[in-house]
Amino acid sequence: MKTFAYAKADTPETAVRDSAGTATRFIAGGTNLLDLMKLQVETPDRLVDISRLDLANIEERDDGGLTIGALVPNSDLAADPRVIAKYEVLSRALLAGASGQLRNKATTGGNLLQRTRCYYFYDTAARCNKREPGSGCDAIGGFNRILAVLGTSDQCIATHPSDMAVAMRALDATIVTLRPDGDRRRISIHDFYRLPGDTPQIENVLEPGELITHVDLPAPPVGRQTYRKVRDRASYAFALVSVAGVVSVEDGRISAASLAFGGLAHLPWRDDAVEAALIGQPATMATFEAAADALVADAKGFGSNDFKIPLARRTLIATLRELTEA
Amino acid sequence: MPNGDTNSLTMDAPRPDSLLDSGVQGVISRPIDRVDGPKKVSGAATYAAEYYFDDLAYGFLVGATIGAGKVVSIDDAAVRAMSGVIDVVTDFDTFIRVPAQGGETEAPTQGVKEIAFVGQIVAIVLADSYEVARDAAMQLQVEYERSDGAFDFDKNRDEAVEPPSDATEAHSTQGDIDAAMAEATVTIDVTYSTPSQNSAAMEPHASTAVWEEDGSLTLYGAYQMPTSDAQQLADALGLDEDKVRIVARYIGGGFGSKLGIAPESVAAAVAARKLGRPVKAVMARQQVFEATVRRSNTEQHMRLAATRDGKLSAIGHDNLCSNQPGEDYFEPVGIGTHMLYGAENRSITHDNVPLNLVLSGSMRAPGEAVGMIGLECAMDELAEALQMDPIALRKINDPAQDPEKEIPFSSRKLSQCLDEGAKRFGWDRRQKAGSRREGEWLVGIGMASAIRGNMLMESSAKVEIHPDGTATVSSAMTDIGTGSYTILAQIASEVLGIPVDRITMALGDTKDPPAAGSGGSWGAASSGSAVYLACETLRGKLAAALGVEADGLTLKDGTAIGDNRSVPIGDLVGEGLEAVGQIKPGEQEESTSQASYGAHFAEVAVNAVTGEVRVRWMLGVFAAGRILNAKTARSQCLGGMTFGIGAALTEELIHDRRTGKLVNRDLAEYHVPVNADVPQLDVHFLEERDVHANPIHAKGIGELGISGAAPAVANAIYNACGVRVREFPITLDKLLGGLPPM
Repeated sequence: MKTFAYAKADTPETAVRDSAGTATRFIAGGTNLLDLMKLQVETPDRLVDISRLDLANIEERDDGGLTIGALVPNSDLAADPRVIAKYEVLSRALLAGASGQLRNKATTGGNLLQRTRCYYFYDTAARCNKREPGSGCDAIGGFNRILAVLGTSDQCIATHPSDMAVAMRALDATIVTLRPDGDRRRISIHDFYRLPGDTPQIENVLEPGELITHVDLPAPPVGRQTYRKVRDRASYAFALVSVAGVVSVEDGRISAASLAFGGLAHLPWRDDAVEAALIGQPATMATFEAAADALVADAKGFGSNDFKIPLARRTLIATLRELTEA
Repeated sequence: MPNGDTNSLTMDAPRPDSLLDSGVQGVISRPIDRVDGPKKVSGAATYAAEYYFDDLAYGFLVGATIGAGKVVSIDDAAVRAMSGVIDVVTDFDTFIRVPAQGGETEAPTQGVKEIAFVGQIVAIVLADSYEVARDAAMQLQVEYERSDGAFDFDKNRDEAVEPPSDATEAHSTQGDIDAAMAEATVTIDVTYSTPSQNSAAMEPHASTAVWEEDGSLTLYGAYQMPTSDAQQLADALGLDEDKVRIVARYIGGGFGSKLGIAPESVAAAVAARKLGRPVKAVMARQQVFEATVRRSNTEQHMRLAATRDGKLSAIGHDNLCSNQPGEDYFEPVGIGTHMLYGAENRSITHDNVPLNLVLSGSMRAPGEAVGMIGLECAMDELAEALQMDPIALRKINDPAQDPEKEIPFSSRKLSQCLDEGAKRFGWDRRQKAGSRREGEWLVGIGMASAIRGNMLMESSAKVEIHPDGTATVSSAMTDIGTGSYTILAQIASEVLGIPVDRITMALGDTKDPPAAGSGGSWGAASSGSAVYLACETLRGKLAAALGVEADGLTLKDGTAIGDNRSVPIGDLVGEGLEAVGQIKPGEQEESTSQASYGAHFAEVAVNAVTGEVRVRWMLGVFAAGRILNAKTARSQCLGGMTFGIGAALTEELIHDRRTGKLVNRDLAEYHVPVNADVPQLDVHFLEERDVHANPIHAKGIGELGISGAAPAVANAIYNACGVRVREFPITLDKLLGGLPPM
């Protein structure tokens, strides 16, 4: 770990004011950042500690939705009665992530900003365009079991590791931020993350010093919800494939569907074509297969992760079956 | 201390009588709590990295970033200028390249200018704090010259060499296996593979080196075998053996990875000598993975030939493993195959593919842990081919004597374990493969035999009885989390009639009588015998002091009773009594075939959609001679069975075939089983005594629990879903193609 300066922020406004410059990082739970600092994957000159800000509340909004403070711990969010009752997919996704100890420490804002778990990103002696732009990608042609099959580029095949963010994408969440100039921004989660393209080091649209203060969930969706995570051991492993699903059936036909996927891409994945293949169609195996075909239509494996393509297909079909069976 | 005496026994003849059977203290075998437990849970147990000194310097090791080549130069100017950095130390000739193998008395391969694998330790950076040392170590500029390395097992398989035979023969054949295969009614000819693995002990390798004014070295190290570790360290540093003391009071797991000294020990010692102050070197988790030791990957060519009624005529277990060029150790994959089943024609061979990867060495149950996968899965395949019950097949082939050496077994309850397990597990509910489904889950059961060779290693211990009636047991034996502290106290308590809470245990220090330490499951039997022999002598002295024959003496609850008199033991010892016990292996090892046996049963569920496997229940039935403590013995088996679940389902070291870099070098991506992977595990011991093994009649237990656990899980997976995976671990991607359609 490099030595670094440390400052404690009292208000969101002072936090962002103190954070101009890319060599500063906000720290809350630190469950990912500290690991990365020990390995010198992240080498901030300065940490601004936001853990004491008043951003740890969950509040109901007039439109029936929820406003979740950025510092709400993952454990608290998963256990919130309103979340359990109305946003089951989110509670399930949170509980599928990490371990009890990590969930107690990890925050809502920090969870959104986890870095990839690509093996080569974690090894400073390996080539990685995300860690060191322009150096190359050792994952392509190397071991890539846990890496992406959708939306990849020839620069990067990393995945986003969050479960929570996948559920939030299925729920059409909005990320609320405070910028260093004092302005607030509302960013749809659909616009928040970026594909790797030629700049895999830029993972989202946050500007330097911009602080996530809240996440807004719209009014609860209609339909049944679930989160299904497939992984290499029963707990404490990142998703090989995960599906966050909200599906509604009327008179035997699918009337609404919102599906997001983890473990497949550089961001929590959502594809209009998958939902288009479902909405208005009968809740039958043929429909589910059409949706699954749409999901993997452009999928590309890199050797050791080829299996994710049939796995994603099967997992989606099973999830749809679960959400639509009488 | 007066009255010192050594009671030395070489196991040249059986020892049918044991004071543990005639003792009346009633503590032996009882499931008493660990005597070191309160210290561990309260943080009072001191591990190697927890010794502090006023002028302590913190060291961080620097590992090579290339897989083959040499160090051209080290530019440390920038690092030396960093605030808090004390020094950058290397000694290309003295630093050890790899850890020592267990029990070696000489240094392992030295010389670190030549690079043999990624992660090889080339220097140590010293600083005022661990964090600064780590930062500086990461900044250190090392210039390398690369050469071609061999990193890909498959590409280099033709380079395989026959290693020199060790305790296990590299190549062993009997009869004509090819002819037997050609003639047999039913044959199995398949290849199983297992990946490289890491012991992944919770405590990383750590050494704190302190030089004394007389030029001797005290090393607080996380080591399993301090006596031979001190010899290795002395040889590496060019010191006389008596100038090195190793202290290893508590060890946070070793599983073989801490049998021999590892590179941090020599680096810390060299740096401490140069600086003239104590140095602590703790490996980061990534370094434990990269720079200590792995269990070799294996490729196991299994051949079985049988008659229609299941009688084996041939067993072939021909193995390819890997190790660094020039390193002789080979994973003794076929070690259990030698004596588990009868068959006239046999071939058990091992060859090593030289690879520039981290050293291959011992990991829990070297040999059996992986070898039983090939053998016991192939036996399951044979049972399937014969349409025979897998347990019946094993019992038919349970030989009356050692099938190769043609000598009697010292004790063997394989068939009894199989029968008892079948009864307890409900084996009769087994159905045809792929026929039991519960919703999305395909459910099946499987079993495998367990065998682990028994070893006795020369060991000694001193026992003192003090005038206040308390006793002290001291030895260079270790407790690596297994329960040595507890069972040795129980043995002393039973023989001396002194309650356990009045016995002080002093282990893990080479200033005390030498011992073989912990490894190969020999610790309890070897050091237990040494303690027993010391106590046997003391018992004789107490009898003499009371004026009775030893046969007429009863020792219980601190009191000596005989000839209608009852005297506190402390009153019989004058200023104190002491004796040393020493056990040595002998002719019994040649005249009897010694192993512990058991049977594993597993019930698993395979998800029909995703191929995820969940173990639902496991049962292990074991016969391992006298059980010294029912609780710690059970815990050992639980740990082994858990290890087996990992071997079956998740554990795999992955090296990048292009560079030899270890890809998954942390506990997030090297998947050991977590709680959610481990279901109800049941352990049952059969009553047994082994009078040929040692005077306490116990056999090894620690590694029995893993030997056979993984194939039981694998065979259950086959029974559940009808997919036979021969490439371990059985991750879901390997099952996916064989699952039912959606």
